[in-house]
Amino acid sequence: MQELMAVIVAKYNYWGVVVLMMIGLYAMITKTNLVKKIIGMNILQTAIILFYVSIGAKWEAAIPIIAHGHGGNAHLINVAEYMNPLPHVLMLTAIVVSVATLGVALALAIQIHQQYDTLEEDEIIDQLKADYMNRR
Amino acid sequence: MNSQFPALIIVVPLIAALLVNIAGWLRKSLCFPVAVAALAASWLFSIGLLHQVLHRGIIAYRMGGWSPPWGIAYRVDHLGGIVLMLVLLVGLINVIATRGTAAQAFNDRLGAFYSLYLLFVTGLMGIIITGDAFNLYVLLEIASLTAYALIGMGGGRAPLSGLHYIFMGTIGASFYLLGIGYLYIVTGSLNMADLAVLLPSVERTSLVKMSFIFCMVGLFIKMAFFPLHGWLPNAYSHAPNPCASLIAPLTTKVMIYVMIRVIFSIYHPDFAFTTMRMGNPIVWLAVIAILAGSILAYRQDRLKRMLAYIIVVEVGYMVGGFWLGNRAGFTGAVLHILNDAMMTLCLFLAVGAIASRIDDDDFTRLQGIFRKMPFTMTAFVIGALSIIGVPPTGGFFSKWYMITGGLQAGHYAFAAALVTSSLVSALLFFRIFEIGYFGTFEKQDTDPHGMATAVQEAPLDMLIALAITAGVVILMGLYSYRLVSMFIDPVVPAAFMGGH
Amino acid sequence: MLIESIRPFLAILVSMAAIPILLSSRKPDVREVWTFAAALVKFGIIASMLPAVLAGNTITYTLVPLFAGIDFRLEVDAFGLLFALVSSFLWIVTSAYSIGYMRGLDEHSQTRYYCFFAAALSSTVGVAFSANLLTLYLFYEILSLSTYPLVTHHQDREARSSGRKYLLYILGGSIGLVLPAMIGVYAVTGTLDFVPGGMLNDRIPTVYLLPLLLMFIFGFSKAGIMPMHAWLPAAMVAPTPVSALLHAVAVVKVGAFCVFRVITGVFGPGLLQVHDFGTIICAIASFTIIISSLIALSQDSLKRRLAFSTLGQLSYIVLGAALLTRAGMTGGMLHIAMHAFGKITLFFCAGAIFVATGIKNISEMVGIGKQMPVTMTAFLIGALSVIGLPPCGGFISKWHLAIGTIEAGQLIFLAVLLVSSLLNAAYFLPIVYRAFFCAADASLFENRIKEAPRWCLAPLVVTAIVSVVLFFYPQPFLRLSRLAVGSILGG
Repeated sequence: MQELMAVIVAKYNYWGVVVLMMIGLYAMITKTNLVKKIIGMNILQTAIILFYVSIGAKWEAAIPIIAHGHGGNAHLINVAEYMNPLPHVLMLTAIVVSVATLGVALALAIQIHQQYDTLEEDEIIDQLKADYMNRR
Repeated sequence: MNSQFPALIIVVPLIAALLVNIAGWLRKSLCFPVAVAALAASWLFSIGLLHQVLHRGIIAYRMGGWSPPWGIAYRVDHLGGIVLMLVLLVGLINVIATRGTAAQAFNDRLGAFYSLYLLFVTGLMGIIITGDAFNLYVLLEIASLTAYALIGMGGGRAPLSGLHYIFMGTIGASFYLLGIGYLYIVTGSLNMADLAVLLPSVERTSLVKMSFIFCMVGLFIKMAFFPLHGWLPNAYSHAPNPCASLIAPLTTKVMIYVMIRVIFSIYHPDFAFTTMRMGNPIVWLAVIAILAGSILAYRQDRLKRMLAYIIVVEVGYMVGGFWLGNRAGFTGAVLHILNDAMMTLCLFLAVGAIASRIDDDDFTRLQGIFRKMPFTMTAFVIGALSIIGVPPTGGFFSKWYMITGGLQAGHYAFAAALVTSSLVSALLFFRIFEIGYFGTFEKQDTDPHGMATAVQEAPLDMLIALAITAGVVILMGLYSYRLVSMFIDPVVPAAFMGGH
Repeated sequence: MLIESIRPFLAILVSMAAIPILLSSRKPDVREVWTFAAALVKFGIIASMLPAVLAGNTITYTLVPLFAGIDFRLEVDAFGLLFALVSSFLWIVTSAYSIGYMRGLDEHSQTRYYCFFAAALSSTVGVAFSANLLTLYLFYEILSLSTYPLVTHHQDREARSSGRKYLLYILGGSIGLVLPAMIGVYAVTGTLDFVPGGMLNDRIPTVYLLPLLLMFIFGFSKAGIMPMHAWLPAAMVAPTPVSALLHAVAVVKVGAFCVFRVITGVFGPGLLQVHDFGTIICAIASFTIIISSLIALSQDSLKRRLAFSTLGQLSYIVLGAALLTRAGMTGGMLHIAMHAFGKITLFFCAGAIFVATGIKNISEMVGIGKQMPVTMTAFLIGALSVIGLPPCGGFISKWHLAIGTIEAGQLIFLAVLLVSSLLNAAYFLPIVYRAFFCAADASLFENRIKEAPRWCLAPLVVTAIVSVVLFFYPQPFLRLSRLAVGSILGG
């Protein structure tokens, strides 16, 4: 039991990511409101972004921004004091992708709302079934 | 300029997308020429690139001159080169063919349509030639987002189908991202060539194995491999026709290409087949995919939906063929990527042409269509024959390789599934041919001889595009041996070399 | 000796090239002229290859490689040339007949008819000149597809269900049986080229030999071996010229030709002899021969009776091949030619009767010989040829088949031949008898009985005369068969 607790505590960032991912997936699968599903999707994507960022973190490391800059004040830096900047850079792109996806999803949700007057998936399915019956 | 082709191919349509959007505000009639010019230019560049690959071998290009692992590297080999050229060809033919229908369907949003179109093609192109795993994710999402938007531009059930596609597609892309995140943890690099060098020493760890599974599942969602195909039938059948004929031939095939690329260039084929031992289970899944897809296709009574389920079957072919793990199966799968793009384009263009004259794609509305639209239906027949697998169309040759691969690997179920689905496809398409040729005899006063005698063909540019596509389908069949020996043989990994 | 020449390819291409011309002709007469022109040119090209082949050469032409070790290749040998000669000559005759028939009945969609006819003939010649199984399969499939619109020409309910049967048996057989068998052979041996005397030798484990052989025999359903025969009677809903050429000559003969090729060029007499598979195939063929002749007796529709008769005659060809002896094979090959001329005469007569009187059933054809003497005399000649009686060509081929059974020491098949000839007589001769020697019920023929239109009459007279001539002078078919059998069996 002690070892298990030690493992969980040591890898707490991964557990956090797992929990967030599961929340996101759960929302996407079980919620019937389209906006809640979209939120779930965003949570999923955010979880993965957090995953990347967390793996670049180190104890007592500084944010990867060189304070003194270039030019006259430049001096050697000790790389080990800084966090890994690469995941941050990658995740900037991923955040943009996530935002864009959110935008497209919400735009489609607006259109759906205009069409069916509701954002609840089960109500939409009922409407579609009624349409189908009427056509036959 | 020659050495800058990889960059130009991506940049030209990218800038053109911006220009098209501006043109959409200023003057609508400029949209189409800009789009065509951009795609044509890229297509010519891709032919140049292919030429270079054939003569000089694999091309490695560094974006902006930054060398990896800081910069992003692009890498074009034989397989990538030919898939690239084909993707651009499909995009080019489609944009010309759908000029009229797009103008009609998206009257006030024409700028948006063409700019999304160009961005979609750009995304696909980047996916094909990138050499960086994270760049692949970004471009994957570019292509997917534009696809979501293109599908959502339609009316009716399109937005809802698009939203469902977003959900599943995002899960897929996120899994892929997670997968390569694991790889980053263990190697510190995201450049594909780097990973290929660094991974073998850490291959056997459960971390790398999990990353492989995440990547594969993510890609399976994206390529609609049964049972992760749920988004495809709705998305493709409710999408507006100009979009469907762009997205349907390309998306799933490029995703299958990505799977091959990931396995070859990042992980090692040995890893996938020997260490993970996924070959056999996946082929069995493919068999189920083929049979289930065929049955589901049979139960449809609308043309586009039936074609969508046939795409699910085709994906089953390609995935199964690849995971057989022998040379013939791999050759068949890759050849089928090329053939399927063309024949799906042919069929969807024909459906678009039919839709331009008949509003509904319900089967019963297709009565007497052979008389009404003989040329369109000829192209449709050629596409159908390719799907069934009748020589001399391309589909026959790729199926031959895959059946041979199945027999050589001892996977008789896969070979039998291929033959069975050929017969079922024949059934599916001849059902349509019968309705088109005979009518349904529902109304007693319909005289089959006098039925719909007036020929109301589709507009000329659509017919020309259809003719070119159908011609390419047949040519790709007759010259399949050349295609295989020039582009596929050089890429066959040593692990597959057993057996002829 | 192998001669390289583009002529085989041109022979195939001629009718394909005619299609755009046919599609664009405004006037029906122009269209018909072009059909004739294409038929004559095709026959000319094929006939021009005769001297070279008779001298013992084979003409070959390669197009593109299709797979490693298989090319899209054409090769004209004696057997292929025999078949191609028969088909292309009869196309000329059938085109003339079609004009009379289609115009006589004022049929719809004639352009479509002529176009697909041309395509079907192209594929037939393609099958005849194929150098390997894959090229054969390619043309076989094109033939299946181009004959579908011909079979279902009338576009009514009956045509639709017949079309379905047609596709079910023919495409089902080719995609479901021939394709896997072909791939299996290729996967093990790496080649599909026809080699006179067989190419399989010892390359395939014995346990697979019989299943593969059976898959080929039943898969080529156009040969009509029972139980893959049901499409043929159903296909009689087609217009008679279609039935005549395609089902008496081209389509079904393609099936029998393919089976013959598989037996002699893929498996080979030597291999089959060793395992005694020849006898099995002879038995299968005999079954079809007897049963089809018995069923023919019960049919009242003339075309259906002729269809079942054809099924039996096709199995004669297969029987000849499976006897694996010199005379047997010669007989089988000759029968392709003799039966073609005989059967087509019979179908032409059936069509002529229909055009002139509208009658399809034999029971109504009483006393018709008085009004249509030319037609019924030709019918008699055709019947004699199919039964195998002198002075008609069919006698020569049946004679060789009989000798073949004796050579093979399988007298039971001699009995099969004799019994079936008796059955043939039993279902043909009464028709002729009733036509000539029974009094017509006057009310049946109120107005229109005169002879058939000229365009219908001339072709059937021509083919009847040829049937007789072939008895006295069976060249060049006999020489071609002897050459072919010589290269298969050696010496």
